[in-house]
Amino acid sequence: MTGALRRPVTASLLGLAVLAACAWLSLVVGSRGLATGEVLGAAAAVLTGTGTGSATEGIVQARLDRTFIGVVVGVAVALSGAAMQWLTRNPLADPGILGVNAGASLAVVLGLQFTALTSVGGYVWLALLGGIVAAVVVYAVASLGPSGPQPLTLALAGAALSAGVVSVIAGVLVSNRGALDTFRFWQVGSIAGRPADLVAGVAPLLVVSLAVVLLSGPVLNATALGDDLERALGQRVLLARGAVALGAVGLAAAAVALAGPIGFVGLVVPHLVRLVTGPDHRRILLGSALVGPVLILLTDTLGRVVTPPSEVQVGIMTAVLGAPALILLVRRSAVLR
Amino acid sequence: MTIHTHTGTVAAPQLAPAAPSAVAVAVLRQAGRARRRRTAYVIGTLGLAWLAAFVVRVLLGDYTITVPDFWRIVTGTEIPGASFILMESTLPRAVVGTLAGLALGASGATFQTMARNPLASPDVLGITMGASAAAVFTLVVLGGSSGAVTVAALLGAGAVALALVTLSGTGPGGAPYRMILVGVALAAMLASVVHWVLLQADVYLAHEAMVWLTGTLSSATWPEIWRLGVVVAFTLPALLLVARQLQVVELGDDLAQGLGEPPAHVRTRAVALVVVLTAVTTSVCGPIAFVAFLAGQIARQLLGGRSSVAAAALVGAVVVVAADHVAAYAVPDVNLPVGVVTGVLGAPVLLWLLAAGRTTRQESS
Amino acid sequence: MTALRAERLSLGYGCRTVVEDFDFAVPPGQVTAVVGPNGCGKSTVLRGLARLLRPTGGQVLLDGVDIHTRPTKQVARQVGLLPQSPLVPDGITVAELVSRGRHPHHGLLRQWTREDEEVVAEALELTGTADLAARRVDELSGGQRQRVWIAMALAQRTDLLLLDEPTSFLDIAHQVEVLDLVRDLVDARGTTVVMVLHDLAMAARYADHLVAMRHGEVVAQGTPQQVVTAETVCDVFGVTCRVRWEELTGDLTVVPLGRHVPRGAAVAGSGGGPAAVTR
Repeated sequence: MTGALRRPVTASLLGLAVLAACAWLSLVVGSRGLATGEVLGAAAAVLTGTGTGSATEGIVQARLDRTFIGVVVGVAVALSGAAMQWLTRNPLADPGILGVNAGASLAVVLGLQFTALTSVGGYVWLALLGGIVAAVVVYAVASLGPSGPQPLTLALAGAALSAGVVSVIAGVLVSNRGALDTFRFWQVGSIAGRPADLVAGVAPLLVVSLAVVLLSGPVLNATALGDDLERALGQRVLLARGAVALGAVGLAAAAVALAGPIGFVGLVVPHLVRLVTGPDHRRILLGSALVGPVLILLTDTLGRVVTPPSEVQVGIMTAVLGAPALILLVRRSAVLR
Repeated sequence: MTIHTHTGTVAAPQLAPAAPSAVAVAVLRQAGRARRRRTAYVIGTLGLAWLAAFVVRVLLGDYTITVPDFWRIVTGTEIPGASFILMESTLPRAVVGTLAGLALGASGATFQTMARNPLASPDVLGITMGASAAAVFTLVVLGGSSGAVTVAALLGAGAVALALVTLSGTGPGGAPYRMILVGVALAAMLASVVHWVLLQADVYLAHEAMVWLTGTLSSATWPEIWRLGVVVAFTLPALLLVARQLQVVELGDDLAQGLGEPPAHVRTRAVALVVVLTAVTTSVCGPIAFVAFLAGQIARQLLGGRSSVAAAALVGAVVVVAADHVAAYAVPDVNLPVGVVTGVLGAPVLLWLLAAGRTTRQESS
Repeated sequence: MTALRAERLSLGYGCRTVVEDFDFAVPPGQVTAVVGPNGCGKSTVLRGLARLLRPTGGQVLLDGVDIHTRPTKQVARQVGLLPQSPLVPDGITVAELVSRGRHPHHGLLRQWTREDEEVVAEALELTGTADLAARRVDELSGGQRQRVWIAMALAQRTDLLLLDEPTSFLDIAHQVEVLDLVRDLVDARGTTVVMVLHDLAMAARYADHLVAMRHGEVVAQGTPQQVVTAETVCDVFGVTCRVRWEELTGDLTVVPLGRHVPRGAAVAGSGGGPAAVTR
């Protein structure tokens, strides 16, 4: 079984099949269950633009959008986590833990409060800026420590930054009830109720970041050889590393702009993938791009059925399911002994 | 290699007489006096600082109350305007800020001493978050009374403490770090539960909950303040007594046991008291960010590297009362919750500690 | 005089038994050294005697009473313990650290007294650390630090002291310094000392009574002359050596033979003794 899974083609095909199944589930399951025929008919009508505007079509349209955004966000978050774990050689790296989500959130809140920005296309760049600033601060703080950027110091610096950012956000929100009402729905991280054309706003950032991270395989494999060898390989590697870091933050920021902060997916997915692929980084990246959306769609679908008739947002689901995974990693990690 | 057994070549014992020389006693006394003087000086200064912060918080602000007026109002005279501001706003806030600061500061220092790590304060470890999550859930979803909220906060904080101990294991050495990361994970999980609860409420209740979740002194009523006061009055002295036993546990588990102080018992007592203090404080004023973490660190700096629960408690009181004054008047026309100020203040300190490597202290003999 | 005795004592961690059926009466007023290779259970025995481990079988008797049934603080006034790696609290001074040895004599109400002060001063003086009293412990050298820890154990004012590897991590000069101090205490004050040492040569030099252990069992015990024989050393440490006692002066010569032919006479004088070879 594992032997077959280690073959890239088999594994990729299997991954795609699972992803398709999850997408299907995401279309069918919900507070109003729909039969396969209904979904197919409505989807065809919606996609070809020949809809009659029936209630079923509305629901299917919403679920299609939701599934599409879920896939995009899942790919972005998981790849971002995989690249971060790789760059920092840190099993605990993830856009949430390293404070990138918090930085992006703060930038969005400040944008909502102090500028006239309202479109996602506008504040995606703010999110990117906030994410980059947060990532730089966290990495710098951890690097200044006597033993360099250890997994532990990175995680703690990220937590510290997030806590401070939460205070600032709270300061803004308690004086602005309108912003609070928008923000409290955004801060949990949800892929529901967002129209699919939001993706167009973040598409440039998403595509560039995706290309940078996915094309960085050879460079990152060199990086895994250790800092000394890397220095010997010269400046090109350092530059490439910087580009990948930017790409990873860009992916995280795009995901935050689309769905709000979704924690733990970027942390857990690469670890799950590594169980199957082994340590080859290129395979981990590709695998993460498949497993990320699977996890997002699965948890989102699960969130629709746990507390009917209301829903639990996907960001909450991933946090509740992901925190135990982090604890497990911490308990197993020899780095922390 | 040639070895002489002592039976062969006994050296005359070079032992000093049984009664200690006056010189040694004098040296010892001198050392003790210098230490006590510094401690007294620090505690005294902190007491004055607290008094100053308290007076400023109560009397100054948008509406200045004179000292004679203050006495008249407190002894029962009604002064229009001033009476209301004093009795319903500034005085309760200053009192609850003092109590909360004492409780949080003492809790933080106790945990930091116990884990031998400055990061191990109840707020970083998620115990405060446990109390808040349970309290918010009770308040918003179950619609519980203020008493029920306190009980829920106690249960929540206790559950997180228990989870921390079980999930991080109790081995010495790396356990503090593992405990801290487990705490961070639990806090993240609970935070998302709180966010979910906020979504279930209408926007006014959500706003109220948001203010409380940031940590605020403005929502405390006199009965709640009395309740917090009683809890602090009983628990804080008990914690100061346990702190003396912790001084022995600080020397390592084996030595503590050798000195007749089973470390597990001392830790259990300390954790129980800290859970009560943080939970009751949180149920009254919400999770005030970083105070528990900051107070222990500041007290340690003031005392030249030694930790003191009493000094940390006073630092906590000064920080909360002063931060509340800043929060109330920093932004014109906006009454910020105190937690915004302590959070903005605390995050850089924590980051600085990490950058300066103060948290990677190795345990040595 | 405090009498400490182990009766058919079995000790272990979890389900792993380390020591079984250990019988031993601590000789009063003497220095007893427990020796043996790494992992032979010598530290475990000491921890058992110090009530740090609950026996899985048998018992430890303090003045004829099971040590675990007595209030632990009361025991601490009779039996002092210096574990292998105690922790130094941040920023603590020598005087404060030694004062913490008085803890078992304090209660809720009984606070610091003049007597405590005198006992601490005496402990500082005995260990030659009086002039370090105001210094911070984390600034001291390894040897000084170890003397401060012994001062703390002395401030506990017990007539029985259990020392777990008091010389580990110390260079040879500091080892001698610490063991001289232990010897002085026993000779001048009649204190009973049980210590774990891994260095056979040092143990033979300073102890009145040796207990040699291997695989959790006592292989031999008695005076150094009785225990340190070529046969026992081979048994305990698994090293072939030549042992010679000078009847007249009591000098002991232990030459580990190893696998190599000696290169000249220098061999007998160099090397660190048999324990050093097995380490």
